[in-house]
Amino acid sequence: MDFISILSVFVLACFVGYYVVWSVTPALHTPLMAVTNAISSVIIVGALVASAEAGSAAAKYLGLLAVVFASVNIFGGFAVTERMLAMYKKKERK
Amino acid sequence: MHEIAQIPWGVSLAYLAAGVLFILALRGLSSPATSRRGNRMGMIGMAIAVGTTLYTHDVVSLPEIIGAIVIGGGIGFIIARRIAMTDMPQLVAAFHSLVGMAAVLVGAAAFLNPGAFGILDAVTGEIHNASRIEMGLGVAIGAITFSGSIIAFLKLNGNMSGKPIMLPGRHLINLGTLAAILGLIGYFVTDQSPWVFWTVTALSFIIGFLLIIPIGGADMPVVVSMLNSYSGWAAAAMGFTLGNSAMIITGALVGSSGAILSYIMCKAMNRSFISVIAGGFGADAGPAGAGGPVIDRAYKRGSAEDAAFLMKQADSVIIVPGYGMAVSQAQHALREMGDLLKKEGVKVKYAIHPVAGRMPGHMNVLLAEANVSYDEVFELEDINSEFSQADVAFVIGANDVTNPAAKTDKSSPIYGMPILDVANAKSVLFVKRSMGGAGYAGVDNEVFYMDNTMMLLADAKKMVEEIVKGLAH
Repeated sequence: MDFISILSVFVLACFVGYYVVWSVTPALHTPLMAVTNAISSVIIVGALVASAEAGSAAAKYLGLLAVVFASVNIFGGFAVTERMLAMYKKKERK
Repeated sequence: MHEIAQIPWGVSLAYLAAGVLFILALRGLSSPATSRRGNRMGMIGMAIAVGTTLYTHDVVSLPEIIGAIVIGGGIGFIIARRIAMTDMPQLVAAFHSLVGMAAVLVGAAAFLNPGAFGILDAVTGEIHNASRIEMGLGVAIGAITFSGSIIAFLKLNGNMSGKPIMLPGRHLINLGTLAAILGLIGYFVTDQSPWVFWTVTALSFIIGFLLIIPIGGADMPVVVSMLNSYSGWAAAAMGFTLGNSAMIITGALVGSSGAILSYIMCKAMNRSFISVIAGGFGADAGPAGAGGPVIDRAYKRGSAEDAAFLMKQADSVIIVPGYGMAVSQAQHALREMGDLLKKEGVKVKYAIHPVAGRMPGHMNVLLAEANVSYDEVFELEDINSEFSQADVAFVIGANDVTNPAAKTDKSSPIYGMPILDVANAKSVLFVKRSMGGAGYAGVDNEVFYMDNTMMLLADAKKMVEEIVKGLAH
């Protein structure tokens, strides 16, 4: 992708983010932070590229370490969000 | 410009799909009913992103990669299972630091092995100019996120005092360091020597540390949200380097999410973002002076039996939880109290101030954990008018967010902050550990001394348990 297409995606995504996040109910702001944490670990894509490609041993190990960190976040972030969301219950009115 | 144009369209499409799934994950959070489906979509999106990356590269080290994922994932999973809900702010801060560190590591790897990332210029064999800037920014933001989050974690976890640490001339130092970082990133375009890259990294680690140490405990909700935002921008910058749409979309989403949360928190405290960043709030500067004994003003002290009696007679009770409830883990006892009151025919509601607790939505999670139905829990603007019709406002571990000084006293450090109007209720029950230490802002609260206020001085959990006993017979 050339720079302008990437920039377009970025700018439009900022707007999408703006509207989507305002629609999140304040009661779920903590899960919102946990899940944004998990998805921002999509940076693992970069870490995988670094550790997958031959060429530089140093880059590979830095990449692997980044994979470990990002995985902690991905699994931890999604799991803790799931755990929190499971607690939000609406009780049947008696 | 980037040399990864040969990527087949199917791959770009897969990353785009991952990005869309992440948007849907956040969209699901608009209501508790759809939130879990949203979270699942996020997981699928992540699986697609990871799978696509592994599938499209000549992976020379698959066992190591799988090992790294298993180790990291295992640790993350165990932490997620074990963490107490009261410790969520620390956990989120710790997770932010990992995203920041991962960004730094990926940036460093890209610098050491630019060929793998497809950012080498075919003619000169050097890294593209645009990539250098993106990489520099990504590493800088990542490093700031990392060291800033570490400090936020230590403060939230109590390993470090919540009191702001003020270095002399800190504004000058901070601005100077920031200028140096930006200047060096600019210089990086003309000279890709390693020292430039590593100096940017080192300075960014230092500035992240310097930026957060002067920020006091009361401003932590803003700091946590702000670092959330930074971790997004770091991911986005790396996405630019890689030309990866999933990373860019996610980065933009997370970045704006954190920014909006910071804005909501600042507004709820009537503080400008700049003044939070500048730090110092919650120092001993307050006129009442935190901890300083506010000379014997008369107040009414009540017992658990008094409180139980008063609430049993009431038609409606509004419970106002704050950080003190979290600290003493009183949420379960509180729910029990609410149940007993409902059995007596009392209408029970919960009122939550946006900055109650140490992160956005902290109180809601704790109440949900204690099995309080979410339709009994209300936000400030939805419930504030109801205090004047309520018989009892039961304030537990909240202080600054109920302080009328925010409306009346222009010299108060919390002046202008929207508050819950508990003083309008017929009676106020105020659970507090002691008459000393007055909230994070270090301001005395008029509500303590009102005729219709009864102070319940004890540990929040013990007091509520006593009240439950009182209600039970």
